Amino acid sequence: MTKVFPATAGGEVVHALGPIDIEIKRGEFFAVVGPSGCGKSTLLELIAGLTDPTEGEIEFEGRAIQKSVPDGVGVVFQEDACFPWLNVRENVEFGLRQKNTDAAQKTRRALAVIDMMGLHDFARSYPAQLSGGMRQRVCIARTIVAEPRLILLDEPFGALDQQTRLLMGDEMLRLWRQISSTVFLITHALDEAVMLSDRIMVMSARPGKVIDLVETGWPRERDSRIVERENFGALTSRLWKTLREESLKTMGRVVSGV
Amino acid sequence: MSRLRLYQISVVTAFVLLLEALCLAGVIDKVTMPPPHIILGDLARMVLARRYFAEIGKSLANVLLAFTSAYLIGVVAGTILHGNKRVREILDPLFATYYAIPVFAFYPLFIVIFGLGDGPQVLIGFMLAIVAVIVTTLNGLDRVPSVLKKTARVNGLNALQTTRYITLPFCAPYLLTAAKLALAYAFIGVIGSEFIMARSGMGYEISYAYTNFDNATMYPLILLILLLSIAANSLLSRWERILLARRGQN
Repeated sequence: MTKVFPATAGGEVVHALGPIDIEIKRGEFFAVVGPSGCGKSTLLELIAGLTDPTEGEIEFEGRAIQKSVPDGVGVVFQEDACFPWLNVRENVEFGLRQKNTDAAQKTRRALAVIDMMGLHDFARSYPAQLSGGMRQRVCIARTIVAEPRLILLDEPFGALDQQTRLLMGDEMLRLWRQISSTVFLITHALDEAVMLSDRIMVMSARPGKVIDLVETGWPRERDSRIVERENFGALTSRLWKTLREESLKTMGRVVSGV
Repeated sequence: MSRLRLYQISVVTAFVLLLEALCLAGVIDKVTMPPPHIILGDLARMVLARRYFAEIGKSLANVLLAFTSAYLIGVVAGTILHGNKRVREILDPLFATYYAIPVFAFYPLFIVIFGLGDGPQVLIGFMLAIVAVIVTTLNGLDRVPSVLKKTARVNGLNALQTTRYITLPFCAPYLLTAAKLALAYAFIGVIGSEFIMARSGMGYEISYAYTNFDNATMYPLILLILLLSIAANSLLSRWERILLARRGQN
């Protein structure tokens, strides 16, 4: 599919994305990397049904996605999306508001996920009392409590420091195995993509197209120690080799545009 | 009690004590103003004898009416305007210059149209309050992060549910600020109008006592208005502080 944004006042039509044709397998951990402004987030919003493609079609479980977020899809954004007026438990319960379960059941499920995310002692805390990493865990908890079959992550660790990112990566892998959902991760960190994913899609500069598709071949049981493997460096440098040219292209464009 | 609060109370106490001293020393003569302890005694007697209760009740009812109508209509109008960019752009200059207009100038006109009853007083209070509510509501709505709106869509909320469960709760501190402003403006509008021209009410009684050199009525009523207005405002401020503290802002 393709995404073109109509011209705004005084601007030009922006061809953001595509054509792109990809298929994500059920249960896989799929990552997307690309130079900034290549349309990664647009791609995620298209899959989430938050925006419609200009041309082509996107399907989730065989059904076309149109104008609304399909049932069974959860999204975690890069920005802090916790509700500051609700405590952690209420935030997580919000993820269940569409489900037809009674209040007691919702609380039980929310508390179970809060435990799973290591937030047990903070169920009654408000987001303002938590660190950035913990708030992002609350958002992840709010998403997975509804047991989505596809989790879309838009640079969820982008605002966190390196150590927290690695630990959150471990947690994400553990969760992915535990709830056996499909994960679609957008990241700008190449090592993060290689460490977490089964497959990595490399996108070109705008309009974003697929320029490489890398299989990592990691076992399902893995954690951040995978970086010690010999192959890790090779995979990361392969990504960088492809991306370097693309990133230079974008930068070159900026320079010549000045 | 915090040290800061102690200082704040000390400033007010010192001011009252200064007034007391100046009155007792004769620097401020008795006809101008009785000493604060006499005013307080007069107020206590007035309240115990239930004097002016009907007038006080009438004024407060009008303040409440002006406040409630301005607040409800203001919040709804602000919410609708926020979703209607064009109309908002057209009205923006009006909002920007609104408080340069002396609304009280219209009071005689309102009396001509509605008669010398409660109507014109409530209307003045309403007119003073409503734009502050609209502007504060718009200000709050402008600050709702787009990621929260996206979260609403991901969770399958429709427009009305998004307003109910995301937008309004996010704006709660702004809506409380709007309430504080609306209440202050409603007080000013109603009491002020009664002062200028009316047949009853607290403002009218103060002005009546003033023309009759009746300090034993005028000062206790002024003090009562002060106390009522401050009490209502602190109640809303306390609530606002709780909400803000929860969000880590002070």
